[in-house]
Order: sequence, then C-alpha cells, then structure tokens
Amino acid sequence: MFDRIRRGLETLGHRFIGGIWRVGSMARFFTLVLASSGTSFHRFRLVMREVYFSGVLSLIIIIVSGLFVGMVLGLQGFETLQKYGATESIGVLVALSLVRELGPVVAALLFASRAGSAITAEIGLMKVTEQLSAMDMMAVSPMARVIAPRFWAGVISMPLLAALFAAMGVFGGYIVAVVLIGVDNGAFWSQMQAAVDFRYDVLNGVVKSFVFGIAITVIATFEGYDAPPTAEGVSRATTRTVVSSALTILALDLVLTSLMLRGES
Amino acid sequence: MPEDILVDVQSVSFSYDRSPVLKGIRMRVPRGKMVAIMGASGSGKTTLLRIIGGQLRPSAGGVYIAGHAVHELDSADLYRLRRRMSMLYQHGALFTDLTVYENVAFPLREQTKFGEAMIRDLVLMKLEAVGMRGAHRLMPAELSGGMARRVALARAVVLDPLLVMYDEPFAGLDPIALAVIGQLIRKLNDALGATSIVVSHDVVESLSIVDYLYFISEGVIVGEGTPDEIRRSPMPYVRQFVNGEIDGPVPFHYPARPYAVDVRLAPGGGHV
Amino acid sequence: MERTTIDLWFGAFVTAGFAALLVLALKVGNLGAERANETYRVEARFDNIGGLKVRAPVRSAGVLVGRVFDIRFDNDRYQANVTLALDKRYTFPKDTTASVLTSGLLGETYVGLDAGGDEKKLVAGDRITITQSAVVLERLISQLLFSKAQEGPANGANPGGAGNGGEAAKPAAAAPAAAAAPAGAAKK
Repeated sequence: MFDRIRRGLETLGHRFIGGIWRVGSMARFFTLVLASSGTSFHRFRLVMREVYFSGVLSLIIIIVSGLFVGMVLGLQGFETLQKYGATESIGVLVALSLVRELGPVVAALLFASRAGSAITAEIGLMKVTEQLSAMDMMAVSPMARVIAPRFWAGVISMPLLAALFAAMGVFGGYIVAVVLIGVDNGAFWSQMQAAVDFRYDVLNGVVKSFVFGIAITVIATFEGYDAPPTAEGVSRATTRTVVSSALTILALDLVLTSLMLRGES
Repeated sequence: MPEDILVDVQSVSFSYDRSPVLKGIRMRVPRGKMVAIMGASGSGKTTLLRIIGGQLRPSAGGVYIAGHAVHELDSADLYRLRRRMSMLYQHGALFTDLTVYENVAFPLREQTKFGEAMIRDLVLMKLEAVGMRGAHRLMPAELSGGMARRVALARAVVLDPLLVMYDEPFAGLDPIALAVIGQLIRKLNDALGATSIVVSHDVVESLSIVDYLYFISEGVIVGEGTPDEIRRSPMPYVRQFVNGEIDGPVPFHYPARPYAVDVRLAPGGGHV
Repeated sequence: MERTTIDLWFGAFVTAGFAALLVLALKVGNLGAERANETYRVEARFDNIGGLKVRAPVRSAGVLVGRVFDIRFDNDRYQANVTLALDKRYTFPKDTTASVLTSGLLGETYVGLDAGGDEKKLVAGDRITITQSAVVLERLISQLLFSKAQEGPANGANPGGAGNGGEAAKPAAAAPAAAAAPAGAAKK
C-alpha cells in the first residue's frame, strides 16, 4: 500500500521533471531554428513552398469556418441585443469579438489541427524513413533545409489566415444581420467603425496571431523532429502537437489579452 | 596491408545508456577497395557506420578519414568532409516530396553552383548508370524497393564521392534486384575510383563483391579476411554465419535457466 | 508541384491575406476617413467626466468631429483635464460649450460640443471654458427621490381622494415619483 503511493508519487515526479525537460529542449530547439534561418531568407522559395502547404491548403477550412462563426455570432448577438433594443450594435459585437478574440484564437486552433499536425507527421515520417539523416550525411542541415522554412512559413501564414478568418466572419455577420434579418446597413457599418480601433483592436489581433503562429510551428516542428522513429511514435507526436498547441494557444491568449487590456484603459 | 589507408578506425567503443554496443573496434579500409562489415542483427554494425560518418561520437577511440579526425571535427568541418562522403540507406531514404530527377539533383543543387544544363547532364548520366533514366519523372512512391535503391545509389554517387557507405544495401530485395544492386555497387566503386564500406548480413552477395570482410559479434571483431580466406576459415562464428547454421557461437536460445527447471522437472525453480 | 504554380498560389495567398487586413483596417476599423485628416487640440476641464475614456468620440450636432485624445487629473483644481483632438475641417466659436454625454441609457460616453455665438474661433491649444459635467445616474435618481419625498406629503394631503391618513404616506410618495420622472428630467 505504502509502496504503491510511493511509486505513484515517483511517477508523478518523473512526469513533472520530464515536462520541464521538454520545455527546455523546445526552447533550445527554437533558438536552433532561429540560428539556422539564414537559408530560409536567401532561398525564399523554400519558404514559399511551405506557405503553400500550410497556408494555402488551410484556406478553405479558415474561410468556411470564419463565415459560419460570423453568421452564428450575428444570430446570437441579434437575439441578445434585441432585448435591449440595440440591434444596430450587432456590427460592433460581431467585429470586436472576431478581430480581438475569435479571429486569432479560432484560426490558430484550426491552423494547429490542419497544418500543425501535417507538419509533425511529415517531419516525423522523414525521420522514420531516414530522410533527415540522409540529408545530414549529404552535408545539408535538416534544421536549415526542412525545419526553418516550415517555421517561417507558419509565422507568415498565421496572421494572414487570422485576418481572413475575421474578415470572412464580419461578412458572415453582415449576411445574417443586414441581408437576412434586416438591420440597417448604414448603422451596422458606422457603429462598427466607430467602435473598432485599428491600433488597439486590429493590430493587437494581428500581434496575437503572430505569437500563436510562432508557438504552433515551434511545437509542430519540434514534435516531428523529436518523435521516436516508429509509426506509433509519429502518430503520438501528431496527437501531442494538436493537444499542446491548443493548450498553448489558449494560455498565451489569456496572457496577451490581459497585457493588451491593461494597456488600453 | 601496405596500401594507402583511407579510413582508419582506432579501438572505437560506444555505448547507448551505459550498455556497450561496440568494444574496441579496429578496422582499416584501403583506398579504392570495398570492405564489408558483417554481423547478425543488433551486433552494432550500423552503429559503427554512423560513427564513421560522424553522426555518432565514439565514447572511446577515434575515426580518421584521409587524415581528418572525424570524432573531433566541429559541425562546419564535418559538413565539409561529408561533401566527399555519402551513404546509401537501407530503404533508400529518397525525399518523398521530390521526383526521381530532383532527388538525384538534390546534392548538386545544395552543394554546387552548377547551371541547370550541367545538373541535367550529370543527373541523367548517373540515372543512366543505374538504369533508371526512364523513370526520372516518377515520384519515389511509384518505385519498387529495388528501383528506389538504385535511384538512391545514383544520388549517393552524383558528387563522385571519395567514400561511399552502404547500410544494408541488400536487405528486403528479391534475388534479381539483389544481384543488380550488388553488381552496380561494385561497378560504380571501380568506375569512380571510390572506396566503399558495405554493412550487411547477406554473406553470399557480400563474398562475391567485396575485397575484404570484417565479422562483428556483440561489439567485437571476431573474424576478418579476404573472401577466399573467409570461405576457408575454420573459425566457428564465421562458419556458422557463412553456412547459416541455426546454433553455434550465436545461440538459438535467448539466455534462460535450464529448460528442466522451468518446467519443474528439476529442483531450483520457484515462480516462472 | 510545378514551381510556377507554387509562386502563383503564394502570391494569391499573400494578396488575399493583406486584402483581408486592409478590409479590417478600413471597412471594419476606424483607419478610414478620420485618421487621414489632420487634427488640432483644445482642452476642457470638467468637474466629473463619468465613464469618458480616451478615444471616445467628440460630436457636434450628432456628427463625429474628433476624438478624446488625453484625460488627466488636475491636482490643483481637483478637476479632470480633457484634451480633445478635433478635425481641422471643423472650426468652433470661442464660447462653445463642451458637455460629457451618454448616448441612450447604456450607450457610450462622448463629448458633445454646442457652438456659441462668438466671432472668434477656437484654435490649437485653446481652452473651452464653458463645460458641463457628466450626469451621474445614481445621483440623479437619489436627487429625484429626495425631492419627491419632500413634496410627497403635501401632494397627498391636498386632494381628498387619496386621503388615507399617515399610513399611506410612504406608498403615496413612491407612486408619484414614477409619474413625475419626465417632469424632473425636463427641469434638469
């Protein structure tokens, strides 16, 4: 009995230490990625290719989800605002929630599960089939040739995807509120413009998605690079990418939001 | 051996997590020759190859290639040395997102500033040498195992390396593909004036193409010699390996207590 | 996988992304008309600014003419010192009144400007001297209740119809308070 408790505590301790170890090696990995980024810039085509794979191929899911989220916001917001006779403020509600929160956060979650998992699986598979090792033996650094371009592609794609998501969401809200329900078109846009500030709302949203982009791609590339070279190892790493990206995005969102709101009022 | 030594492995030891894999390996590879490292699965021969290539660092001893101490080079110098080395992996390790043509062109694009016409000539020449020129537009996924390995071979020699290492080049091939790869390796080695190290457990094929063989078992060299010496060798391990006998110095049974004890026919048991 | 296709997609993707950002900036956000215009700053002191915040709108006759640029507490006068950034296209007389107002019961707080009759116009660095502070809802209600409680007994005693003696004084005071609300607001 006593033994079992002790063993349980030991496992817990091991896991905790293992987690801290992982964060440390991820940080080391991140600096290594930054240090090997030279190739990505003077051969930008490598990055463009990865932007195609992570950014362009995520477009459909981002656009469709953005539209739906905006439409739902429009419906729900109208329902609530109607009680206070303030249905003209629907534009404000839709735009602020999308630009500040939902745009960066939901786009990042979608990006993590669409592109992040693909990056992990791809790098993990390259490791299993010894492609990374082969590259290393050809005197080509896998860090510079494989990891860094994927990292920069993610960092470039994420803010653009978040902006697209928010824009599509506002459009979805417009369709529901103005076209379907019949809120006044002028009031919808003018109230929105009066309430949404470019620097405090739009730019802060972009900053958020930028940070999320860094976090997701570091996690995704690290998990792939660190995966045990077996089929099971890669599939586990892929799951871990989605789970830890989601948690990291939400935790970072809390930190960033509190920093930004403090600066505002 | 009075010849010019290209690769000199000096009492290399290596352990994974304190369990020793290699124990004081000594090996010399003369320039222009083909040397095989033979051994059962898990005998540490691939590890030895990784140490020669500088991907693992030995815990004791050292590796010298053309006078460079591989185990002491920093990564920039190691990369400089590796431009003149190459490795053929067990399953080819072709880049799955590139065509056959681009796979072979990869080392040229990364390491040289050759123009597109030059690259094209070199790539098609090497693909022709392995008989895969007609497949240059295909993706690696469309190739069979033997064809993929031939393309990988073309990629490995596209920069005319000084030293080529082969990690299990014969594993998992049908007899025809196996013979093709064996002959290609020998032909390319002689045509390029390269030096080759072949890690394998395929005795018949290795004996027919290499100049010298080392046998590794449990991290030590248990036998060496030219193919003729090996065929006539009286050493029990070499005999077992060459003839494919089930039991011998490499036991059939995983180490265990006497069978009689485990089935409780003799005293000294307890829980199984 | 052709090289040109990748280029095309990359270009299309980046263009679409920046177009979305542009839409967010111009159509959704306020980077459109007003930021492009130059502004001049005038100050105004208020006894109480209520819920006024930096970047709140400044309106005259209901039209957006500027934004609150800065809010500070004046420790000598114990007043709020508000800096307004007004659009250069609009000018106002020296004796303009600035008031802190709320749009609707729960709407945003803004600064309203009511033009006076002076010939001279406000220029950058001037101070608006006539100001009206924010109406604090709690104070308004308590004032109202207080005044009604004072005149309540007199109202209830004069017309005989309600006459139920001292007992009914309290409910009677509450009932006319609601009815008199518009009158009270108008007086204010």
